[in-house]
Amino acid sequence: MSSPHVVLDDVTRVHGHDETRVVALDHVSLEIHAGELVAVMGPSGSGKSTLLNVAGGLDAPTSGTVRIGEQTLGALTPRDLAKLRRRRMGFVFQDYNLIPSLTAAENVALPLELDGMRARQARRSARHTLDLMDLMSLSDRYPDQMSGGQQQRVAIARALVGSRRFVLADEPTGALDSHTGEEVLRVLRERCDEGVAGLLVTHEARHAAWADRVVFLRDGRVVDSTGEAGTAEDLLVSGGPR
Amino acid sequence: MSVRLGLMALLAEGESYGARLRAAFEERTGGTWPLNVGQVYTTLERLVRDGLVAQSGQADAEGRIAYRLTDAGRGELAQWWVTPVDRTSTPRDELTIKLALAVTAPGVDVHGVVQGQRTAALRHLRDLTRLKRDALDAVEGRVEGARDAEHGLAWLLVLENLVFAAEAEVRWLDHVESVLARQARTPRPARGPEPATSEHTTGERPVHWEGKIR
Repeated sequence: MSSPHVVLDDVTRVHGHDETRVVALDHVSLEIHAGELVAVMGPSGSGKSTLLNVAGGLDAPTSGTVRIGEQTLGALTPRDLAKLRRRRMGFVFQDYNLIPSLTAAENVALPLELDGMRARQARRSARHTLDLMDLMSLSDRYPDQMSGGQQQRVAIARALVGSRRFVLADEPTGALDSHTGEEVLRVLRERCDEGVAGLLVTHEARHAAWADRVVFLRDGRVVDSTGEAGTAEDLLVSGGPR
Repeated sequence: MSVRLGLMALLAEGESYGARLRAAFEERTGGTWPLNVGQVYTTLERLVRDGLVAQSGQADAEGRIAYRLTDAGRGELAQWWVTPVDRTSTPRDELTIKLALAVTAPGVDVHGVVQGQRTAALRHLRDLTRLKRDALDAVEGRVEGARDAEHGLAWLLVLENLVFAAEAEVRWLDHVESVLARQARTPRPARGPEPATSEHTTGERPVHWEGKIR
């Protein structure tokens, strides 16, 4: 197997001091390869969101290292870290965070324009991404003309436009009904099948089940992992599900 | 699962013989509840004995005997469709029994039991989801599947049932864990001398269980 795209090595994140000291992540190590979707589950306060923020360079570990591709986040200047986030990572949140006054295509193009790309080129790239994800029919719609599921799919397109190869999703289905949530997971899954590395935080087992691996956190520690999946063919050959 | 009524439902679609019925049953349910041919023929013999199914003519050149549903069989099948499946009798469930015993048995790592089971359930759920994704692709025409849309839909619904069951197991295990965590934080009353009339002899639970199990 190729070297992992994302590596968290012995990461600890401590908030506060003395009486208010909370160990949000406690010696966590995790690798995500290109083409792999890893789900993180765990009870409230187990460190799921901290893990996502640390992996995405939004928060810095107290100790340990985070590597994305060839770059170690702790060794980057704030400016270079911001550039890495803009160019290599995409974030998807529960509440979509689309700009209401921009169309879907303009929303998807926005990160590229903010990164200095010329508007026309950014729009072309955005349309290409929307096309790849079968979302071209939404390209000229404004957020209030789209359903929640459609907005979230556009948000995933925005997260992956350009050269981004790492998507971090924090409860992306939290505001959606079960069926629409699964449609969104399916889109995320397809992007990972195309080679993107994905980190998904969810409290829903049925949504975590779209991942290749589920990592379970409790009190900031990885207490368990499901390991990698077999193939669907293996399951059928072995006589079907349990 | 009532094999008897399952076979009758298939025979309502037209006469058939044992091996074909077995294949149809397994195809519709995705091989989730495999049947052996012996079981199929034994069931068919009983249905013939009870007048619900009849042989349809003589054996063919390959020795296969076709069966058909009788009017009485159609009546019983019609009744089955409109009668809710009985859920009031609770079947013995190994996991429930295991955890109920684990929380009271000395020296058992209950968290380990919960964790190990949850990992297995999540793995199972992931495997089911992969199968479901393929089934959805087939039903929605994304791939040229061997199954026709109707049979693909039946398989998809069976898979969804298994997904819901696995999901329920994970949720229950999470609940067990949070109840155990709450209980661990609740100070237990100091144990005094055994009361003159033991709670246990009255059938009540020990005091530290009060309010924990409903």
